Amino acid sequence: MTAGVLVRGVSQRYGQAMALDDVSLEIAAGEYVVLLGPSGCGKTTLLNLIGGFAEPAAGAVLIGGRDMAGVAPKDRPTTTVFQDYALFPHMTLAENVGFGLRMRGAGKAERAARADEMLALVGLAGRGDRRPHELSGGQRQRVALARALAVSPDVLLLDEPLGALDLKLRRAMQDELKAIQRKVGTTFVHVTHDQEEAMAIADRIVVMQAGRIADMGPPREVYLRPKSLFSAGFMGEVNRIEVAGGRSALGPMAVADGVLCIRPEAISAGGALRLGRCVVRDMAFFGAYLRAHVVPEAAPGMVLVVHLPQGAEVAAGDVLDLGADAHVVL
Amino acid sequence: MRALSWLYMAVAYLFIFLPVAVLVAFSFQAGRLPVPPFQGFSLRWYEKVLGDRDLMAALGHSFLVAVVSSALALCLGFLAAHALARVRLPGSVLMRGLLIAPMTVSYLIIALGLLTVFGSLGIRLSLWTVGAGHVVINLPLCFAICYAAMGDQQRSAERAARDLGAAEWQVLAYVSAPMLAAPLAAAFFLSVTFSWDEFIIAFLLTRFDVTLPVEIWSMLRSGLSPATNAVGSLVFLVSVTLVVALEMLVFRRAK
Amino acid sequence: MTLERQERRLGWGLVAPALVWTGAFFALPFLAMVALSFAHMEGRTVVRGFDAGNYVRAFTDWTMVKALVNSLEITLIVTAVSVLLAYPLAAIIAFRVPARWQRLALLMAVLPFWTSYVVRSYAWLLVLGQKGVVNTTLLALGLIAEPLQMASTRFATVTGFVHFFVMLLTLTIYANLIQLSPNYLRAAADLGAGRWQVFRHVVLPLTLPGVVTGAFLTFVLCIGDYITPQILGGNTELTLPQLIMLQMGRSGNFPLASALSVVLMGIVTLAYLASARWVRLDRV
Repeated sequence: MTAGVLVRGVSQRYGQAMALDDVSLEIAAGEYVVLLGPSGCGKTTLLNLIGGFAEPAAGAVLIGGRDMAGVAPKDRPTTTVFQDYALFPHMTLAENVGFGLRMRGAGKAERAARADEMLALVGLAGRGDRRPHELSGGQRQRVALARALAVSPDVLLLDEPLGALDLKLRRAMQDELKAIQRKVGTTFVHVTHDQEEAMAIADRIVVMQAGRIADMGPPREVYLRPKSLFSAGFMGEVNRIEVAGGRSALGPMAVADGVLCIRPEAISAGGALRLGRCVVRDMAFFGAYLRAHVVPEAAPGMVLVVHLPQGAEVAAGDVLDLGADAHVVL
Repeated sequence: MRALSWLYMAVAYLFIFLPVAVLVAFSFQAGRLPVPPFQGFSLRWYEKVLGDRDLMAALGHSFLVAVVSSALALCLGFLAAHALARVRLPGSVLMRGLLIAPMTVSYLIIALGLLTVFGSLGIRLSLWTVGAGHVVINLPLCFAICYAAMGDQQRSAERAARDLGAAEWQVLAYVSAPMLAAPLAAAFFLSVTFSWDEFIIAFLLTRFDVTLPVEIWSMLRSGLSPATNAVGSLVFLVSVTLVVALEMLVFRRAK
Repeated sequence: MTLERQERRLGWGLVAPALVWTGAFFALPFLAMVALSFAHMEGRTVVRGFDAGNYVRAFTDWTMVKALVNSLEITLIVTAVSVLLAYPLAAIIAFRVPARWQRLALLMAVLPFWTSYVVRSYAWLLVLGQKGVVNTTLLALGLIAEPLQMASTRFATVTGFVHFFVMLLTLTIYANLIQLSPNYLRAAADLGAGRWQVFRHVVLPLTLPGVVTGAFLTFVLCIGDYITPQILGGNTELTLPQLIMLQMGRSGNFPLASALSVVLMGIVTLAYLASARWVRLDRV
């Protein structure tokens, strides 16, 4: 089961602070959307409004075309995977997973069968009689997912679901989340502050900043053609060069006025947009590439970050003539 | 549902405050009985009470016993908690059990036991014997509070202090105790109030110098009197002032 | 000397004072009392020996059995009523009162806790007595023609006890409720549980250990208390502590008083065993 979500002109304030400021967003049925942003940007607030844990001060939330105003969380076609998982410690895994069905009056056999099925889906087949405290963090995360999916929600909300896991496990779980979403087809709305996680799983990323949507689109687009300086910086490292009247600190620049943004990996010796001669200040080996700080001869006060090919033979003090292959002006 | 909640809360508060309100109200009774009708406002009972030598002496005794026995209970409890939380000792579960055990035993039984022993050893009953009993009832409390407060953070800070060359007493004085200042204060004040308010041990283990609850008890035996209300109100006022002061102190710190 | 041995020695040194104190002023007197309970009286002198006569008397003498039954009944009623009254109050404070007012609400709910214990029972006497506030009010309203006999009854004893333990239990239950992660409640509601279901399946089971611990404490404090039944119940029906005091005071029969105390202790132990599954004394 799956349904789309329509957020229309939603605002929410906490005391003086504007948590959400006139946010509109349309999520298609079966889409995997990631709300990305730093803490306090309003992404969790937005998730809570969809889940029904808070009511918007203004605007409306529609799920599957139905206005959710005044509809309690228990009556919404959404379920949530909480950041701390919120597994009931006094219940076994099977009881946890079967809880939603029990609340809907399902019989014991049906609950047990569904719990088995869902635990198998998340790779915990046969562990139904364990209790949450016997599990590792990653396993708890899976149980929370199974519990939320067991009631066949139209929309699954995930509040930093991987936040408590260590990096390696997080990367592994990302792939799994994506695979499970493909399998069940439910709309997933996932909140995170980790842009790599967002790119790894999202069909579409919504970058949020200070209660507003700063950018949105598929990962590739948001990364390569960000629509705001904030989103450019949040999605990854970026070199910023101010351009006014076709001139910059590096000399004449044939681009529109604004801030010229260039990703470190877009800079190379052969790049079309010439940046001029630069002195390598220092460099470090990062495995897939060499990360170097270079100082343009034309602007000794500026430092650019450049990713050079793994095998490049460069040393501190060398002079390189560099150009950019891709850029954006914001 | 919401209205019902507030109603329930109102009735509960009424029940909780009723006796105290009546107590305080009739301490200002001009008449001779602390029951309706209220015959006019008067401070004569406060005057009487504050001028009562025995009562004032009992107040002093209570204060002394409470502070000294609580301080001792806190010291013993803190040191024991420190040792049991840090060092692996054989039988530590048993020791914890023994230290907590008095909590589950009625004060009456503790008093009776002490009375038996003091009697057969020929020890004269005094404020000292009461104090010894009060240490027994407050030690488990102080121990439990300190033990619960000693977490991993505490342990690593102590380890760091030792690593930097602190001797054990220095660790206790400069690291452990200051870090536990809030629970230590809570344990101390809780002990003081328990000791201050304790009746049965004080009743059975004193002879001539009595504590305040025992003195109030003997006032009660001579019948209802607004003077008892006045004492009760004064005790209440002092305790509440203390509690509110403590609350504000702790609250500020929490902020 | 190895480091570990050195550490242990230090550890022993630090626990020793507390252990010695508890041993000398708690364990030893307790054992002495148990020993004394097997002695008997000849005239007004205690004759030591091993004589179970006191225990036989405790369970056969009608006065004693009656006191035992009274104590048990009163304690069970008080425990049950206090828990049932305190739980909703604690829940209202924890879930209905806005967060910034909760501390104040709680402080107010336990404020009378800080009156002297003796005085609190006395104050109830003023409320429930023949000429007390309740009777005066009811008479003035014309709801009753004759003052109700409330003082010196079991009702008064129970009321005095419940008053005290409602405050105590509100505090402990509130502490348990507030510790519940709000996400448990949200998760349950999110999965379709109504208010009652959230309470029944999540809140109650998760707070049960705290409630049982509080109930156990109530049981222990209530069954061992002398003051409240003495002031409010009077001598109409004796409780076990009253009987113990009577044996010590009037008749000077310390062996019998000791035996009754051991019985009291036994009841508390049974109550502990019954609730041990949930009670965590080190978490009080």
